Amino acid sequence: MRPVLANEQHRHGSRALGFLVALCLLLTMSAAVYAQQSPGPLDEAYQLLISKSLKDKQKAVTLIAESGDPISEPLLRTLMEGDLYYEEAAQRFVAGERRGKEYALRALSDGSELGTVPRKAVSKVRTNNAVRKQIREVLATLTLKSADPDVRLRAVNELIDANNDNLGAVMRPLLETENNAKVSAALQTGIALSELQHGEAQQRLEAIDSLSGSLNQTVRNTLRRIADNESEAPELRTAAADALQSIAGRIEFYGHLETLFFGLSLGSVLVLAAIGLAITFGVMGVINMAHGELIMLGAYTTYLIQQAMPGATGWSLLLAIPAAFMVSGAVGILIERGIIRFLYGRPLETLLATFGVSLILQQLVRTLISPQNVPVSNPSWMSGSWQINSVLSLTYNRLYIFIFCLIVFTALYLILRKTRLGLQVRAVSQNRAMARAMGVRSARVDAMTFGLGAGIAGVAGVALSQLTNVGPNLGQAYIIDSFMVVVFGGVGNLFGTLVAGLSLGVANKVMEPWAGAVLAKILVLVFIILFIQKRPRGLFPQKGRAAGN
Amino acid sequence: MLISRILKNDRGGQVFLAILTLVTILVPVLNLAVPADSPLHVSTYTLTLLGKYLTYALLAVAVDLVWGYLGILSLGHGAFFALGGYAMGMYLMRQIGDRGVYGNPDLPDFMVFLNWQELPWFWQGFDMFWFAMLMVMLVPGLLAFVFGWLAFRSRVTGVYLSIITQALTYALLLAFYRNEMGFGGNNGLTDFKDILGFNLQADSTRVGLFIASAVALALGYLACRYIMNSRLGRVAVAIRDAEDRTRFIGYRVEHVKLWIFTFSAILAGIAGALYVPQVGIINPGEFSPLNSIELVVWVAVGGRATLYGAVLGAIVVNYGKTYFTAALPDFWLFALGALFILVTLLLPHGIVGLLRKKEKVQ
Repeated sequence: MRPVLANEQHRHGSRALGFLVALCLLLTMSAAVYAQQSPGPLDEAYQLLISKSLKDKQKAVTLIAESGDPISEPLLRTLMEGDLYYEEAAQRFVAGERRGKEYALRALSDGSELGTVPRKAVSKVRTNNAVRKQIREVLATLTLKSADPDVRLRAVNELIDANNDNLGAVMRPLLETENNAKVSAALQTGIALSELQHGEAQQRLEAIDSLSGSLNQTVRNTLRRIADNESEAPELRTAAADALQSIAGRIEFYGHLETLFFGLSLGSVLVLAAIGLAITFGVMGVINMAHGELIMLGAYTTYLIQQAMPGATGWSLLLAIPAAFMVSGAVGILIERGIIRFLYGRPLETLLATFGVSLILQQLVRTLISPQNVPVSNPSWMSGSWQINSVLSLTYNRLYIFIFCLIVFTALYLILRKTRLGLQVRAVSQNRAMARAMGVRSARVDAMTFGLGAGIAGVAGVALSQLTNVGPNLGQAYIIDSFMVVVFGGVGNLFGTLVAGLSLGVANKVMEPWAGAVLAKILVLVFIILFIQKRPRGLFPQKGRAAGN
Repeated sequence: MLISRILKNDRGGQVFLAILTLVTILVPVLNLAVPADSPLHVSTYTLTLLGKYLTYALLAVAVDLVWGYLGILSLGHGAFFALGGYAMGMYLMRQIGDRGVYGNPDLPDFMVFLNWQELPWFWQGFDMFWFAMLMVMLVPGLLAFVFGWLAFRSRVTGVYLSIITQALTYALLLAFYRNEMGFGGNNGLTDFKDILGFNLQADSTRVGLFIASAVALALGYLACRYIMNSRLGRVAVAIRDAEDRTRFIGYRVEHVKLWIFTFSAILAGIAGALYVPQVGIINPGEFSPLNSIELVVWVAVGGRATLYGAVLGAIVVNYGKTYFTAALPDFWLFALGALFILVTLLLPHGIVGLLRKKEKVQ
């Protein structure tokens, strides 16, 4: 121990000198600093913090805590952990970590790296047990009394997880002033948890009663301990076991909810991929095997726009939606005018020709861009997840794509039902000769309809670029699924496509836990093959004279 | 006698079988008897390549039978081909015996690798050649029978049928990729050593396989032609041209479809079984929907409803594929794609149609 102490002392000596120099510098420069920012309570606290007197430091801690500044929490926490350093040259407090003869510095506010400096350039802000104890208390109340309810909630949950003996005592006063429902509920859980462990027999029973809906892991563990403990009163144990069972039921319920969400999310992807096909195949009766490649073009459009405007991921994504619609729509019109119009009434030939188109488009992307997958980044608001409770959280990207799918569906539905184009499309698809006799230019309607379906495929590509890898084979992965959805839903029926896509997605996800992802997919395919035998026209067949071929 | 009756009005078939006979005699002779430095020598590589084309041609004949004459565009015939191939592959796997990497006399290498203790029940019997050959025909035939029975009975036709056949092969693709299926998963079956005791690497075995493929193609062709000349064949054509009318006249449309579809699947299975020992591997990639749809274009290029057109198309397109994937790898998919478009738009009767037109003009 001795040599270390000596070493410490030695360093103290050299630093005292450095400190004097720094103080002089501070005095000369403070005028400039004050000119830029008005003196706040924190500045005074900072002065006290670099003082050697521990009394001053305690005063500083109080001041910092009272300031309510967002920096105060990380500052105090770092100080308590003994990682707070004062960087003389820059006159700022930083978090530091010793690496050999240097210190790696990080900013207090956001933890960003500030590089490394030699040992002499920083001085550690020292504390003792008294200061640390003070900080600990201050920190607990600081977060529990934070203005931000999310911070409070987190603090309360941390306290519950720590499960200290004074849990109830700490939380009861807080509950009286709490006005946020979620935080109140968490506080009540904490109080009940405390009563469960330290209360009277009657209190404990009541606590179990009020905890029976809680999903908190600590609560569950405590209940499990009581239910398994043979020395506890039997009625308490049965109550705890019942509570556990009802909690398990709730967890199962949320598990089902999560499966449903995943299923709907997968289903919305299927619907997005298939909905363009529902127009070209369903309404026009054209088998477009290049549909997947039109989706792929949409995804690549997203990629190219992101490359063109780096640093604006969110905006580029929004811009990509109309751009992808235009690109895929234009390619679709080209395919229709160049190839498909010569093959109307010969569906099998159309299938082969458009398959040729799909091969060419794939190879075009491989040659012009890259045979490898390209990286498409997600904007920040698409990442992360919405934490509903401790067992259920929904990822934002899937949530947005589900909503996006519904928007696209509604838009398409309105176009077909409420616009002139939609009217003409339906007229031509029901009776071409009669529509032409009424003055509908059927060739133009064909091109526009196909363009619409293709454009929607492009929009689907934008959405898919946020979920899966974007590569030349993107389209192939979805073409069979898309056809399955359209055929399952009933050709010529947009609602059928929506219902079919969502239900196939859910069915897939429901089967996945016990069958595995691949087998679930195979089972769904086999199911559809069998289903088509039973109802060759899908879930919602077209009725009436138009249905005949 | 029978052959001449079958080929009575089939000039294309006569020409085709004459050429096939010539090739079957000439190529093995040029391979075995002519010294390697002679310009007339046919290398074993070329011979095996030709053998592979012949199995493709048989597959194309099977597709032409259902597409050209019955109007069923099957996008899943690759699945029957692959199933036949897997049955053969399983026999070849069992022939390896203890010469595998792990030296296990009972289990193929991949099963040892997956820590399997005993041979699964569906591998039993595949060490016997006759049983494997039975399965080569039975498995694709049975699948086609069940599938066709369901589909034709409920009158699934046209593009719907095409799409569900595609779904069928896609489902099988996914299934065979799974290691748990017991067919070697992703890697499939490979490292074959010998067939019926003959070393697969030996030139003479290669020649034997080549001749077997040629004979199978000739017999397959004759069988298809025989069916098409029969009453059944004429009903099939009637179904293709006017299904409802044929049904109303009183024919059991679904029975005709079912038998021809099943027969076609068996032919495809035999083609697959001959294909596997020549290329030395069978893996789930053979199930990919792309393969199945590609073989439809062979038939389209050659000319539908002629049978020999399918053979011609299979050989021409595959020769093009072999050539271009080596010479201009990026170009091949462009060429294939353009082929799909141009043949359907400009050459609805394929190369054969083109030749016939010239004949008529003269």
